[in-house]
Amino acid sequence: MGSGGMIVMDEDDCMVDVARFYQDFCVDESCGKCAPCRVGTRTLLNLLDKITTGKGTRADLKKIRDVGAAMQKAALCGLGQTAPNPVLSTLKYFEAEYLAHIDEQHCPAGKCKALVTYSIDASKCIGCTLCARRCPVGAIEGERQKPHRILPEQCIKCGECLKACKFGAVSRR
Amino acid sequence: MKTVKLTINGHPVEVEAGTNILNAAQKAQVKIPSLCYHPDLPAWAACGICVVKVKGLNRLVRACATPATEGLEVTTHDPELYGIRRTIIELILSTHPDDCLQCPRNNNCELQRLAAEFGIREAPYGKRLRDLPPDDTTGSLELHPEKCILCGRCAAVCQGMQGVWALEFIGRGEKMRIAPAADVSLEESPCIKCGQCSAHCPVGAIYEHSHAPEVYAALADPTKHCVAQIAPAVRVALGEDFGYEPGTLLTGKIYAALRRLGFDAVFDTNFGADLTIIEEGTEFIERFAHGRGPLPLITSCCPSWTDYMEKFAPDFIDNFSTAKSPHAMVGALTKTYYAEKKGLDPKDIFMVSIMPCTAKKFEIQRSEEMSSSGQQDIDISLTTRELCRMIKSAGIDFRNLPDDEQVDSLLGAYTGAGTIFGATGGVMEAALRTAHWSLTKERLPTMELKEIRGLDGVKEATLKVAGKDVRVAVAHCMGNIEIVLDKVRAAREAGEETPYHFIEVMACRGGCVGGGGQPYGATDTIRRQRAAGLYRDDEKSAQRCSHENPMIQQLYAEFLGEPLGEKSHQLLHTGYYKRKPYKR
Repeated sequence: MGSGGMIVMDEDDCMVDVARFYQDFCVDESCGKCAPCRVGTRTLLNLLDKITTGKGTRADLKKIRDVGAAMQKAALCGLGQTAPNPVLSTLKYFEAEYLAHIDEQHCPAGKCKALVTYSIDASKCIGCTLCARRCPVGAIEGERQKPHRILPEQCIKCGECLKACKFGAVSRR
Repeated sequence: MKTVKLTINGHPVEVEAGTNILNAAQKAQVKIPSLCYHPDLPAWAACGICVVKVKGLNRLVRACATPATEGLEVTTHDPELYGIRRTIIELILSTHPDDCLQCPRNNNCELQRLAAEFGIREAPYGKRLRDLPPDDTTGSLELHPEKCILCGRCAAVCQGMQGVWALEFIGRGEKMRIAPAADVSLEESPCIKCGQCSAHCPVGAIYEHSHAPEVYAALADPTKHCVAQIAPAVRVALGEDFGYEPGTLLTGKIYAALRRLGFDAVFDTNFGADLTIIEEGTEFIERFAHGRGPLPLITSCCPSWTDYMEKFAPDFIDNFSTAKSPHAMVGALTKTYYAEKKGLDPKDIFMVSIMPCTAKKFEIQRSEEMSSSGQQDIDISLTTRELCRMIKSAGIDFRNLPDDEQVDSLLGAYTGAGTIFGATGGVMEAALRTAHWSLTKERLPTMELKEIRGLDGVKEATLKVAGKDVRVAVAHCMGNIEIVLDKVRAAREAGEETPYHFIEVMACRGGCVGGGGQPYGATDTIRRQRAAGLYRDDEKSAQRCSHENPMIQQLYAEFLGEPLGEKSHQLLHTGYYKRKPYKR
């Protein structure tokens, strides 16, 4: 995609999220002249949004393949013809990751915020308050030297608590 | 003519070099589905529905934008192409409102037809509409950008064919939309209301503002004396909506349909055309033979052309014939001459013009002169398409109406010269027939002036009249007019004699037969068929020169006095004003 540079990714990168990122870029880059690209890029992005928020279905994968094929074959210029490539190639080589999002509402890499929950293991937490002080939105409550708790409705899933905890009490799932 | 041989799905065909694959396939009885392509316009290649496979190429090509070349082996239909086309149609539908039942293009929409042909039953990609406000500022045309599929036809017509540049793509990507240039309202834009955008739009994104409700209201009002008139080009095109071949002459049936709709009197704009020739022809002779006024004289029957001239060529205002357009003359006379004779109060007369034109809706209110009778001379102007809908909704079995219904007296009888007004070159031909007689008291040796007929953009001819050369030019399709005007300007600047004495201009391709308010689907073939219908009407007419029309003679004897006389000036002539292309 783009300059021809190489990006190395590991198991902490979600392939569906990567595809979504590139599709978002293509929506902005589409000039709008031809229908396959103008409508196709947005349609793919919306389908990927659906999957990364756990609302996707297996039928959406067929839709992605159909729209991708139409774009590759019928978009007017190179941008539209290659715009579905990140989506189609991740779907080809990492289909299991897509299926985890769809069937289990689970993001294996923990990147798709809508599918991730953070929690504190009360048996490991010593109540040092570090996580609560790091939390940018004040979503962690608990008294000093007592186990803390994450408030899921306030949590923005930034992962700061996980990084802060020295006792392995915070987990992501 | 150089030809190339190629195969379409294995069938050999031979076509003229440069023909695109889409048209070449028709020779092999293959219809490649397409949406954005229109035969009047260069391929814009936006929709991607017409993609085909060419042997030896590992990508698909667009049939509309790819010329047929020697030895090409084309596959137009297979399961993969079907799937791609179907997906694209579904994608386009995902951005198009599902209000087909309320859309004026219902049953006549190219996108709807494609969806039907492909058997689209679901909306797999949901619906993402853009919530763009409609623009109904001109009173002639309505732009509904939320229905637009961005095929680009209207902009190509407005810019390329018409040279007006009132419509434009604005924005990019998914925010791209069609809007009046500079994003002003249509009324503030340079739009000349020719309606060619509406005639070329494949969906219902731009169409005429319908005035049928006002007409129905007047027809239901017992105090109103409703009068209708039909333009020349309407009689050869209206039948297309009722299954007739383009060009079928249906004058009698249309008169009958109008009476059954409830009109109290039915007149014919062709009578007004004859009258225009008398007034305009006299103007021409005054200028040509007596040197009273500048040459060339330029016709002013076309309201889009007068609008264009006022905005883009005001240096030609003095060259314009001050004669009103034919239907405006009939309107003014209906509310004066006819009202007097019938003993009617002009206030009670409701005058409706049936026109092939969307600009006539604008013309009837364009200046004070359009109310010369004391009232607005024409109350409503309907397009051919609107009348078709009215006939259908009124339950009139159009095909079985009598053919021989006659027009009402006083403002109805017409000559062959009046009827050919509807085709490009017709006004000029009619004017020359009468001008020749006025100057020589003899008929033209040949009535048919073939060199100014047909669909060439600019046609020129020189005619010997009373020992003098009359040089004429005929331009149609607004974009062609600048060629003619530039020639005149060049001669003017160089101080030379004018290259033309008389110029006819019609804004729409083919003249009024190809008007913006005519039934959808006009192509050059259909324009030629419609024009041929008018020329047949001319050939079978008892009188073929406007001055021979007995009702015109009676009108001058009883009411107007003489051509260009005081009453004519008051009722039949108008003025032109320099206007800014953009209103703000």
